[in-house]
Amino acid sequence: MTGSAATRGAARSHSGDLLVATAAVAAIGAWLWAFLATDSVGVLAGLLAFAAAAFVFGRRAAPRYRRALAARPRMATSLGVLTVCVVAVALHDQPYPLLMLCTVLLFVVACIGLDIQTGHCGLVNFAGAAFFGTGAYTAAILAAHGVPDPAVIFAGGVVAAAAGSLLILPVLRTRGYYAALVTIAFGILFSTFLEVNDSLGGPQGLKLHGIDFFGWRFNRDVNLGWTTASFYVNYVVLSLALAAGAFVFARRIERSWLGLAFDAVRLDEIAAATFGIGVGRAKIIAFTLGNFLCGVAGSVYAMMQGFIAPNNFTFGESLILVSILILGGIGNPLGILPAALIIIVVPQKLQFIQEYRFLLYGVLVVLILLFRPEGLLPRRIRDYFPGSGA
Amino acid sequence: MDAGVLAQYVFNGVMLGVIYAMVAVGFTLFFGVLDVIQFAHGDVVMAGAFVGLATYVALHVLGVAAPAVVVFAVACAAGLGMALVGAVIARWLILPLRAAPAFNTLLVTLMLGSILRELVRLFYPNGSNPQPFPRLLPSASVNLGHFTLRLDTTILIIAGLVMIVAVNLVVRRTRLGLAIRAVAQDSETARVMGIDFERVVLVTFAIGSALAGFAGVVYGLYYNEVNFDIGLLLGVIGFSAAVVGGLGSIYGAILGGFLFAALQTVGSVALPVSSAYNNVFAFAVVIVLMTWKPTGLIAERASERV
Repeated sequence: MTGSAATRGAARSHSGDLLVATAAVAAIGAWLWAFLATDSVGVLAGLLAFAAAAFVFGRRAAPRYRRALAARPRMATSLGVLTVCVVAVALHDQPYPLLMLCTVLLFVVACIGLDIQTGHCGLVNFAGAAFFGTGAYTAAILAAHGVPDPAVIFAGGVVAAAAGSLLILPVLRTRGYYAALVTIAFGILFSTFLEVNDSLGGPQGLKLHGIDFFGWRFNRDVNLGWTTASFYVNYVVLSLALAAGAFVFARRIERSWLGLAFDAVRLDEIAAATFGIGVGRAKIIAFTLGNFLCGVAGSVYAMMQGFIAPNNFTFGESLILVSILILGGIGNPLGILPAALIIIVVPQKLQFIQEYRFLLYGVLVVLILLFRPEGLLPRRIRDYFPGSGA
Repeated sequence: MDAGVLAQYVFNGVMLGVIYAMVAVGFTLFFGVLDVIQFAHGDVVMAGAFVGLATYVALHVLGVAAPAVVVFAVACAAGLGMALVGAVIARWLILPLRAAPAFNTLLVTLMLGSILRELVRLFYPNGSNPQPFPRLLPSASVNLGHFTLRLDTTILIIAGLVMIVAVNLVVRRTRLGLAIRAVAQDSETARVMGIDFERVVLVTFAIGSALAGFAGVVYGLYYNEVNFDIGLLLGVIGFSAAVVGGLGSIYGAILGGFLFAALQTVGSVALPVSSAYNNVFAFAVVIVLMTWKPTGLIAERASERV
């Protein structure tokens, strides 16, 4: 009797938790809308201060509601997607905030790729922007030759993964500092090569047309029935689909045997090999998957921007991608979204710090590593039963 | 090929090799005492060049014109300034992260390099454009057929070699050097023997960074131009040179520096593409060499300490 009453009580509090968690997600959506829509420095500072306060004071209560969502992963993902959709509709007549939202979502895709490499498998990659750029340049070349755009996006990922396979041998044979050196050298080589190579547009870069999905022209304004929305809504839909897909994919990988193998390789290669895990195979899979995601994000980014140049893909940009990972909490795809928002949107909003952004990111990352190395949302130890609260 | 032309290439290659070796020695010293790679080391070289340049401008404004005095002051300012920077880096960034994963040290130093680059780009007057570096050395030259023996380059080569030898002597022959080598070999035992670990680390970083500061001045005097982003290439090549020679060995670092200079010189002569691809080639060489010999030509005795 008492047992079943307790179970019922637990079930009721569980659905209560879920309701609170849903309300929290809605509040985050409202915050996101205000954050993207505002032009005033005061409002922006207020929003960031509010978020920081909510982060600090909500830390005690958050795990309970997080578990309520984690027990229903599908619902949680749909809730997130729905929230971003509502934000996009609310912003439908403001092209610039929509463009920023798309950029953030595409950087999320690329960073999830890097997260699989660095956060899960322990492979350092300081050439993220180079693989992003490989996707972008592939898109520019293929689209100019009349290849259908869905194929172009996919090819962007494939070519980036293929470019990455050039580095597989060096990355497998080296580790730690040496592997970092190899990717740094590749990252600088890539942008230097583009600068001096005239057949790819040289320093002036290349122009692209907008995406065309079998007649669905992305660069045309959308009729929503009661009003006309900026054409960037199309790109929001596509990049949101990619980001959600990448997120679910990363989560599935993490929970699979492959994810377990990645973790083992990161924590101790020799022990992992002793237990029969193919260290080389795990590294190759993680590296290729990560570069594929970077390339896909890069190809969509290129077509959305309509113009790409070598200085979009320099070593400094690779460091920005890594900064997002570190700020968000390495290994946790959920942390990437707030980190990308802060790192990409804040300098766009505050034009006076735009020039100083590389400097500020550098200082930010150094401070994080010295004082909170686990980032905003640290990765949790995996739950054996999702949502069990272990 | 004409002997004179060949001699010219060798001469220029040696100059390049001296600069690379000066950078590589720093990497190898730091790795020796702390087992860390200071990825901002190349940017310390760049910062040294700019400190030297700023000193020159200040002296010019003050009306000091005697070339010998100016050269001496520029070199001292760069060396001492970077020694201080190196000690600060070790004290506030690298030592606090000793217990953290190596990845964090790697990131901190990478970001520090980015900070140094940006500081110069943003706050040095007109820093985002290449800055002319004054010709402070006597520019006499001797023509031997196709070979021009320039006095200033010769002075730079000799000065660079003297500094490398001096650092080597400090490490090999002095009590301080003994302490550095003791810490490099086994920091625990060194501590038991009464060696102040932290001070040795700071001094080592100061020495290596001072050498980098001099390298920056040598670079500026040789190319007569410095830019805020030269540190990236110098850092990557300096590190690769140190790795190729075997991290932790000073002779290896010098060897690696000259090897890289030789490869780059041969590449610029032998490759059928324009000289714009010089740096692309250098980075490709780095990747290929690292793949071929991941722990250097002179292999480490133990590749991993468990």
